[in-house]
Amino acid sequence: MLNPKLKLNPKVFMDDVAQEPIRKGFGVGLVQAGEKYENIVALCADLTESTQMLPFKEKFPNRFVEIGVAEQNLVTVASGMAAMGKRPFCSSYAMFSPGRNWEQIRTTITYNDRPVVIVGSHAGVSVGPDGGTHQAIEDIALMRVLPNMIVLSPCDSIEAKKATMALGSIEKPAYLRLAREKTAIITTEETPFQIGKAEIFFAPDGVAHVGIIATGALVRTAMLAARDLEKEGIKVKVMNLSTIKPLDTEAVINLAKETKKIITVEEHQVMAGMGSAVAECLAQNYPVPIEFIGIQNKYGQSGKPEELIEHYGMGRESIKEAVRKIMKRS
Amino acid sequence: MILTDAKIKFLEEKANDIRMSIIEMLLEAGSGHTAGPLGMADIFALLFFHTLKQDPKNPSSPERDRLVLSNGHICPVYYATMAHAGYFPISELKTLRKFGSRLQGHPHREFMPWLETSSGPLGSGISQAVGMAIAERIDRGVGSNKFIYCLTSDGEHDEGNTWEAILLGAKEKLHNLIVIVDRNNIQIDGFTEDVMPLNDLAQKYEAFNWHVQEVDGHNFEAMNSAISKAQAVFEKPSVIIARTIPGKGVPEFERDFRWHGYDPNGAKAKEDYTHALKELRTLGGKIKSEHQ
Repeated sequence: MLNPKLKLNPKVFMDDVAQEPIRKGFGVGLVQAGEKYENIVALCADLTESTQMLPFKEKFPNRFVEIGVAEQNLVTVASGMAAMGKRPFCSSYAMFSPGRNWEQIRTTITYNDRPVVIVGSHAGVSVGPDGGTHQAIEDIALMRVLPNMIVLSPCDSIEAKKATMALGSIEKPAYLRLAREKTAIITTEETPFQIGKAEIFFAPDGVAHVGIIATGALVRTAMLAARDLEKEGIKVKVMNLSTIKPLDTEAVINLAKETKKIITVEEHQVMAGMGSAVAECLAQNYPVPIEFIGIQNKYGQSGKPEELIEHYGMGRESIKEAVRKIMKRS
Repeated sequence: MILTDAKIKFLEEKANDIRMSIIEMLLEAGSGHTAGPLGMADIFALLFFHTLKQDPKNPSSPERDRLVLSNGHICPVYYATMAHAGYFPISELKTLRKFGSRLQGHPHREFMPWLETSSGPLGSGISQAVGMAIAERIDRGVGSNKFIYCLTSDGEHDEGNTWEAILLGAKEKLHNLIVIVDRNNIQIDGFTEDVMPLNDLAQKYEAFNWHVQEVDGHNFEAMNSAISKAQAVFEKPSVIIARTIPGKGVPEFERDFRWHGYDPNGAKAKEDYTHALKELRTLGGKIKSEHQ
């Protein structure tokens, strides 16, 4: 059942659940954060509308900088603005930022500990028909390896809005991972959000057999799989890990202690992504068997989002299969 | 700001002190870049002892002019100048490149918070200065009398990021931005014009709609006048292409830079140059060359 403390969307499992792109929540949140914090500025690299910066640009034209197609410039100009006391949000597609400008982010933002938010939209294979060049499946790895960097991957547009507001007042560098496609709304305005805190979204009665730790748009898919498995008598808890760094180690370890079996689910390469962060934590603190759902050392391709999620083994059935497999491990 | 004869003499002495410190600190460190720091000593002396609105006793004043060092590898001249200007004791210069030192091999502002940024990887300095200039304009409008200076090198103009910043600086008409390019014609693999020809750099900047001046980077009067003119330009950002001699001020090295003044493509010039540069980069075999 849904965790009652979190006031999640009661329609989450229904076919007619409301859907909205995760990036949209960022756009709404940025305007709200801009109203609350005067030092927030926004920069974009020729993708203002699709990365949802347009509302901010229209509301605060004097606090918006159009950089053109120049992602290295995007983040270094932002670093300079942060050095003068601004709180810059700079957006592009994740493939280009942080995909193209990693060294500039490292040297001028995290090495300097400047409070710049890198907003990577259109992450994952669910970008769809644009194909593999535009499907960032390495960005979590690129960002979480940098000291000082906060890495957030919200599960729906409401959480993205709250994450944006929260980042507005934190004096640290951060990466905010967003997705293009419409995504079912899982949370509500009342659902608590705190950077660094993971929450159990779905829990069967009694002690669970398996713990799933999921991030981003696949959180709902994992919840659907867990609900299916309950009917087979397999009890699965699902955690929403929207802060990948700093990792909520206490919550991760507690879930491992309860279930003794963990599955990680992310729309990202399994190497060095969120699952690796979980594995690093558990290997040191409470080793248990782990299965990793994600891209298995491949590139994406054109297709419909749902076809690609299935093809690369991140769909509802693949998650269920991983649960059945890990049940046989000890 | 007017330079009197007495002030010029003072600056010459300061530049000399800075050069001596650079040689001492590099010998003590046993590695590092030599040619660039020595060639930029005059410009650093002018900036820190005449131009910049900065106060070593109040180094984090929000009203200070900002100085972004883009080509971080010439930091020995930065550190030496800061020490002589009173930011920290001159004796600390001997810790350059040593464990725990605030004087990291390439500037790191976590170790020395008075630095406006960290640098070393090339080509990102002008971008950061552009960001600072835009932020200043948002806060104070075009009436701000604070200037953002960026020191960069000719070799850094191989980097695409540099040109991205040059485009944006012109688009935003950043009159409070002054870029000074150390045009010393060398980079690690040789002459800039052999490694990656920049040809007429002034023309390039002009084509990008910048206010451009080319001056002798060792002439205090000319440099000061160029900076004053740049400060007075209102409709566009300014670049000062400062022609400098790598290793300037160390006669036994400088003397060997015979390429400076005759055809740099001549075979003899290249041979002499290669020898002289090797001598300079190792301070006559006493230290390891950069990036060896």
